[in-house]
Amino acid sequence: MKYESQKVAKLYFVAAIGLFVGQILFGLVMGLQYIVGDFLFPEIPFNVARMVHTNLLIVWLLFGFMGAAYYLVPEEAETELFAPWLAKLMFWIFLAAGAATILGYLLVPYATLAELTMNDLLPTMGREFLEQPTITKLGIVVVALAFLFNIGMTILKGRKTVVNLVLLMGLTGLAVFFLFSFYNPVNVVMDKYYWWWVVHLWVEGVWELILGSILAFILIKTTGVDREVIEKWLYIIVAMTLITGIIGTGHHYYWIGTPAFWQWWGSIFSAMEPIPFFMMTVYAFNMVNKRRRNHPNKAAVLWALGTAVMAFLGAGVWGFLHTLAPVNYYTHGTQITAAHGHMAFYGAYVMIVLAMISYSMPMMRGREACNSARAQSMEMWSFWLMTISIIFITLFLTGAGILQVYLQRFSDNPMPFMVVQEKITLFYWLREIAGLVFLLGLVLYIASFFVGKNEPEATVELAK
Amino acid sequence: MCIIRLIQFWTCENRETIMEKNNWPPGDLVIWFFILAELLVFGVFFAAYAFTRANNVELFNEYQLHLDRNAALINTVALITSSYFVVRAVAAIRDDNSKGCFHWLLAALFMGVVFLVVKGMEYHHHFSLGINLSTNTFYMFYLSLTFFHFLHVILGMIILLAVALKARSGGYSAAEHTGVETGASYWHMVDLVWMILFPLVYVMR
Repeated sequence: MKYESQKVAKLYFVAAIGLFVGQILFGLVMGLQYIVGDFLFPEIPFNVARMVHTNLLIVWLLFGFMGAAYYLVPEEAETELFAPWLAKLMFWIFLAAGAATILGYLLVPYATLAELTMNDLLPTMGREFLEQPTITKLGIVVVALAFLFNIGMTILKGRKTVVNLVLLMGLTGLAVFFLFSFYNPVNVVMDKYYWWWVVHLWVEGVWELILGSILAFILIKTTGVDREVIEKWLYIIVAMTLITGIIGTGHHYYWIGTPAFWQWWGSIFSAMEPIPFFMMTVYAFNMVNKRRRNHPNKAAVLWALGTAVMAFLGAGVWGFLHTLAPVNYYTHGTQITAAHGHMAFYGAYVMIVLAMISYSMPMMRGREACNSARAQSMEMWSFWLMTISIIFITLFLTGAGILQVYLQRFSDNPMPFMVVQEKITLFYWLREIAGLVFLLGLVLYIASFFVGKNEPEATVELAK
Repeated sequence: MCIIRLIQFWTCENRETIMEKNNWPPGDLVIWFFILAELLVFGVFFAAYAFTRANNVELFNEYQLHLDRNAALINTVALITSSYFVVRAVAAIRDDNSKGCFHWLLAALFMGVVFLVVKGMEYHHHFSLGINLSTNTFYMFYLSLTFFHFLHVILGMIILLAVALKARSGGYSAAEHTGVETGASYWHMVDLVWMILFPLVYVMR
């Protein structure tokens, strides 16, 4: 850590991990509700648990991205953060707004929450993932603007690197596309059409730029490979991401009332979306193979390589599985989508945030470069537990999905939704067990911050 | 296959020496990954066109006659000529002739503009007849394919322009001109795609 102001990232990372725990707990509750429908009813109905699970995911990843940016940008720009106080202030505003929103979901019925927050004045609520009260959405915009201002001014006054510029591009895109959450046309086709501009263009567009730049930063730092080589890769990954991802939005436009050409456009372009992820895998492993030095923070390198592989599998392969229109005709909105969603979010975005935390946190907590060997060993155990259990969650949901598609939509005598849900219960049990293993991994992950504190830092020899 | 070979090559240990000795591939290796990815996208598009046409031969044959083959031929000549100019630009910089390189690239860019203008007139004609992506399957493919290629011509021109400006300020030499070869490789890809697109969409019956 070169600059004192980078330390604001710590706040963001701690909050991110805290919300991550909440997300997993609600995931487990909901996983059980798939099997025991009235579990915790009426206190936490399924729809509320789902809303909390997905909203917490998005919010903690945003905390993670912001933390990553506050750490990364000053170091790349070789200057102190423009306004550390603003970063701290925005942290508390964002955390308070986030907590209040989640409590709102849990404590009052959703319709009451809409009334309380005067949704009538500017109706934006009631849409999947964008359930936040309008006032929270406005808060997010304010936080995002202050954040972009802070990061942008830091980059302006310092060194301009490709990593910083790609990150800024990604973060600006994130803020701009969020604005479409305020556009809520009455026509339901138009509504869905622009809803995807937030949802799809985030995760399959601008977030990938954020992922790419954070990964590039970690690789530069841990491998010692020339910045120029890594930057070149970043350029083509960004180009391929945008070419395939933007028109790839079309794979959501197959059956919502949009013109038929989207079935071609969506199929062809989104079929190419795995390419940038594949490039990312090839390049991450190459850079590590060509490393000029062994970095003692082995855990961070593991997370970085892990994200490159899992993003390709989850976003790339599992996305491709159901992206072609003729296939998607049968699979849309089934557990196949859920399988893809779990592995893609974990592989691409959870892991990159954890990689950044793994790389930066030891230094923000006063270490020279990394944690003790014992702490790292525990962290790597948590890596494998979480990663393997998410693979199993994905496989079980895929199994459930294939069966669901067959019984409910493909067989000669299609069965009703709820009958099919009963028949795939076994997969839901297996998924829930894998989820518990994930929780165990998460507990170990948190514990790794507290073990081996008084032991010396791992050295390169030890880390080998 | 190409991609696998390229990865094998990229990961082999004496890559740098092989590249230096044979001066291969021209330009930056990374642009070749990009070019192959682009060719893959177009390849899938062409395959989709071929399969769909096979099921709708009459429709495709009928509406193909509504296209302006002369305009497309002019554009074919324009792109081939521009590729020739780009070859001359690379030859010029190998002779350490920055000024020559700049001028040849300008000539190539001019041919690019010719392409855009002619193609723009074709689009104008179609749009004024009220033709759009939903008119029929043939027009869907025609408009999508050519417009996607159109965007690549623009991207290629931006790359050539950047290279040209750097050449003018003496940024390249006979010893170091990877940038020129990189831009040239990309431009040839744009040209190559049109060489397939033109017969496939305009001529073949």
